[in-house]
Amino acid sequence: MTEPLLCELSVPGRRGVRFPQPDVPLAELPKELARQHFPMPELSEVDVVRHFTRLSKLNYCIDEGMYPLGSCTMKYNPKINEETARLPGFANLHPLQPIETVQGALILMYELQEMLKEIGGFAGVTLQPAAGAQGELTGVLIIRAYHKSRGDLQRTKVLIPDSAHGTNPATSAMSGMQVVEIPSDARGNVDLNALRQHCDNTLAGLMLTNPNTLGLFDENVLEAARLVHEAGGLVYGDGANLNALMGIVRPGELGIDVMHFNLHKTFSTPHGGGGPGSGPVGVAAHLVDFLPAPIVDIIEEGDEETAPLYGFVTPPKTIGRVKSFLGQFGMMVRAYTYIRMNGPDGLRAVSEAAVLNANYLLSKLRDYYHLPYDRICMHEFVLEGVWPDAPEVHALDIAKRMMDYGLHPPTNYFPLIVHEALMIEPTETESKQSLDNFADVMIKIAEEAHTQPELLKSAPHITPVGRLDEVKAAKELVLCCGVGALEAEAA
Amino acid sequence: MFVPHTVDDREAMLQAIGVKRLEDLFQDVPAQHRFPQLDLPPALTEMEALQELREIASVNETTQDLVCFLGAGAYNHYVPAAVDSILRRGEFYTAYTPYQPEVSQGTLQAIFDYQSLIAALTGMDVSNASHYDGATAVAEAVSMAYANFRGKRAKVVLSPALHPQYRQVVHTYNLGTPIQFVGEDLDLQAGPEALLPYIDNNTALVIVQYPDFFGRIYDYTKLAEAVHAAGALLSVAVNPLALAIFAPPGQFGADIVTGEGQPLGIPLSYGGPYLGIFATKQEYVRKMAGRLVGETVDNRGQRAYVLTLTAREQHIRREKATSNICTNQGLMALASTVYMSLLGKEGLREVAELNYHKAHYAAQQITALPGYSLWSNAPFFNEFAVRCPKPVSEINAHLLDHDILGGYELGQDYPGMENVMLVAVTEMNSREDIDLLVDVLSEVSHD
Ligand SMILES: Cc1ncc(COP(=O)(O)O)c(C=O)c1O
Repeated sequence: MTEPLLCELSVPGRRGVRFPQPDVPLAELPKELARQHFPMPELSEVDVVRHFTRLSKLNYCIDEGMYPLGSCTMKYNPKINEETARLPGFANLHPLQPIETVQGALILMYELQEMLKEIGGFAGVTLQPAAGAQGELTGVLIIRAYHKSRGDLQRTKVLIPDSAHGTNPATSAMSGMQVVEIPSDARGNVDLNALRQHCDNTLAGLMLTNPNTLGLFDENVLEAARLVHEAGGLVYGDGANLNALMGIVRPGELGIDVMHFNLHKTFSTPHGGGGPGSGPVGVAAHLVDFLPAPIVDIIEEGDEETAPLYGFVTPPKTIGRVKSFLGQFGMMVRAYTYIRMNGPDGLRAVSEAAVLNANYLLSKLRDYYHLPYDRICMHEFVLEGVWPDAPEVHALDIAKRMMDYGLHPPTNYFPLIVHEALMIEPTETESKQSLDNFADVMIKIAEEAHTQPELLKSAPHITPVGRLDEVKAAKELVLCCGVGALEAEAA
Repeated sequence: MFVPHTVDDREAMLQAIGVKRLEDLFQDVPAQHRFPQLDLPPALTEMEALQELREIASVNETTQDLVCFLGAGAYNHYVPAAVDSILRRGEFYTAYTPYQPEVSQGTLQAIFDYQSLIAALTGMDVSNASHYDGATAVAEAVSMAYANFRGKRAKVVLSPALHPQYRQVVHTYNLGTPIQFVGEDLDLQAGPEALLPYIDNNTALVIVQYPDFFGRIYDYTKLAEAVHAAGALLSVAVNPLALAIFAPPGQFGADIVTGEGQPLGIPLSYGGPYLGIFATKQEYVRKMAGRLVGETVDNRGQRAYVLTLTAREQHIRREKATSNICTNQGLMALASTVYMSLLGKEGLREVAELNYHKAHYAAQQITALPGYSLWSNAPFFNEFAVRCPKPVSEINAHLLDHDILGGYELGQDYPGMENVMLVAVTEMNSREDIDLLVDVLSEVSHD
């Protein structure tokens, strides 16, 4: 049974929400500019609520079960976050209100900046970036501005390990930098010999993900940072994997000069089916002056009688603004709530359990799937979804078969350096029972791959839809419900 | 707090891994930096956290406590209850990006609905699945146009009446590109014709706003003709709600339509999360950044939806991608889709007309006061600029004493406009609210 589209559900003359009658005299609408045709659906509130409720039932979600997408940190999203972000004192604030009327919001932002500085080991933080990728853009532009301020205009080369996420090279290119890919060594670390070759006076920086996308803590991180710094470059940290490090190590102490945080990964703000995220950026002392404007700060110290006044400051060498207004404030409220509820020990317990869970799962699966980099992992690990004695089965087939067991598959085909990658990140919120169940399913599928491969090839069987014709989607390119149909109905 | 393990669980797991202690899992972390003591306040229970957050929130004065006439890119609108009720379904908000379509048809079809409604609203052929906000959507339009001409056209014309923050973001995004921006120093009163002399065969893109930052509505037909005669592209940043009553940009030849989607059912929430709208013509669909959902069939012959044309995106093209966007504003796109379908054809017109009538009533009443006059005679939607007898900062302080959030001080972005206020009026403002504003403004003109 296929759920109709909104435009197909539309019935001419039907109404949903109504608004009060005008309480002011009507003004003339300018005729030349008036809209003639307005092809929008016509539905009742019941139609709309049922449509989206039915759609929602076609989704898998964390509230339903484990969502072990490597690199995505799909941890449970505490329900209280949804309450605090919707408190009227936060939800009903205009971003341009006078600062005297929004001291609560500014205190929260200021405190969150302070907390992220402490967790990451940084001297300054901006909350403005909208997501990880925008945090990267902010960070690389800061690196660029830093070199420029020192007259180092020739520093345009950014080194990026071959295991990096696609946003790293895309960001560098957007920032006008040249991307040089650095191989990984046999243990999955940045290859120091390759790195050394590029440490010259054209080096702008290195973009490092640590733990890297293999889920391994880079054993060369201090040496890599030293080499880059010695050559006059800076180190960017992709903080997507911070869930392994809270209270374990501060990236700022490892020589990372600038790093983005993902509030929508590490700090439990929901992914929302693809966003909104939030990607604050932390920087070391020598980069604080380049942060995007505005930054929240105390602009008038308080005393016994009066509270301090919070407001905005513009860093003296700011790269400018990366987003309108102040960033994804609603996500900040959720992350603040989460950090307050965990406290310092709780955050360390989160990272410890994230790493424990990944290693436990790895210990259960390593005899059944090939592990290309055999080390203690951090919060995630990467297996190969292919066996020499079951050549027709691919990682994709394993992923699809998992759905038949009521589970969401791991990330597949990333990182690119692992053949048929299955990247598994259980997160700390999964219990031992949940991990055992996941492992049992993976082991069962490994067996099926050898005995009944057609079960995998034809999977999934129990989902609302089966495998899709992606070629047809790209070739025929139907990207919206024909407005024509809507217009015809409306006419 | 949200870790489920018992002591026994932990022991059993460590044993299975083959290590004695949790600490043994962190041997790769340099010892001298391992396990720093984080100086953070101690943990709170849920009950205490809610109390603390309530206290912080209560310090703020909200648009419910104050009568709001502030707009400038974010607007105080009514959000029907059903919008948040849908958003709060865990099936939507706790799902990831729909990379596995067999278990994500809900998200995928909702995005397809969104793309359909945005295309219809803007009068364009295709919409993507969203950008971060109105500002970054404009920045993406610049990247797209630049890439469209393979870097051979290096000039972009920015209307000075484009939202100042959007222009700032565009400049930041282009710190490392050779694009040259012109037009921002033009006379603000001049209207779109003033942009014409800047358009030549080195121009990649011309960007205007509709209504513009000052609330003015212009017919951009002539501008579009000139832009196209020079072989360039026209990008129009919209307030989507205005398009319920004003001609859509697709009608006057826009090649790209961007917009801030916040007025479509998204709470003010101190500036975010909002929604970046991005729509274009069919011929540019492969040049557009961001996710796209396409229709197809599954192996059982059912109609189904899937992310498509992904070969444009960073995870495949890496440094050759024109944008780095990955996570977008999925849930906000859903909010706007629910909002647009709840209001529908009639409701959207109705609310847009309410905004229009109330704003015009306010403008008429304010300009009847001595010392106040409209800054422009151009048609407007729900926002207009007023010349005041005193600096807006002074007037706003006085308004705030009467629990009124006055309009935006244009002098913050435009030197010389210290006495010009940008007033926004929506369906949330009653006639009494407007009359109160007018009363208090009249006190300012007297003293
Ligand atoms: C390692 C890594 N870097 C960067 C990103 C991009 O972050 P965002 O999607 O928040 O823009 C991701 C997201 O999945 C990631 O896993």
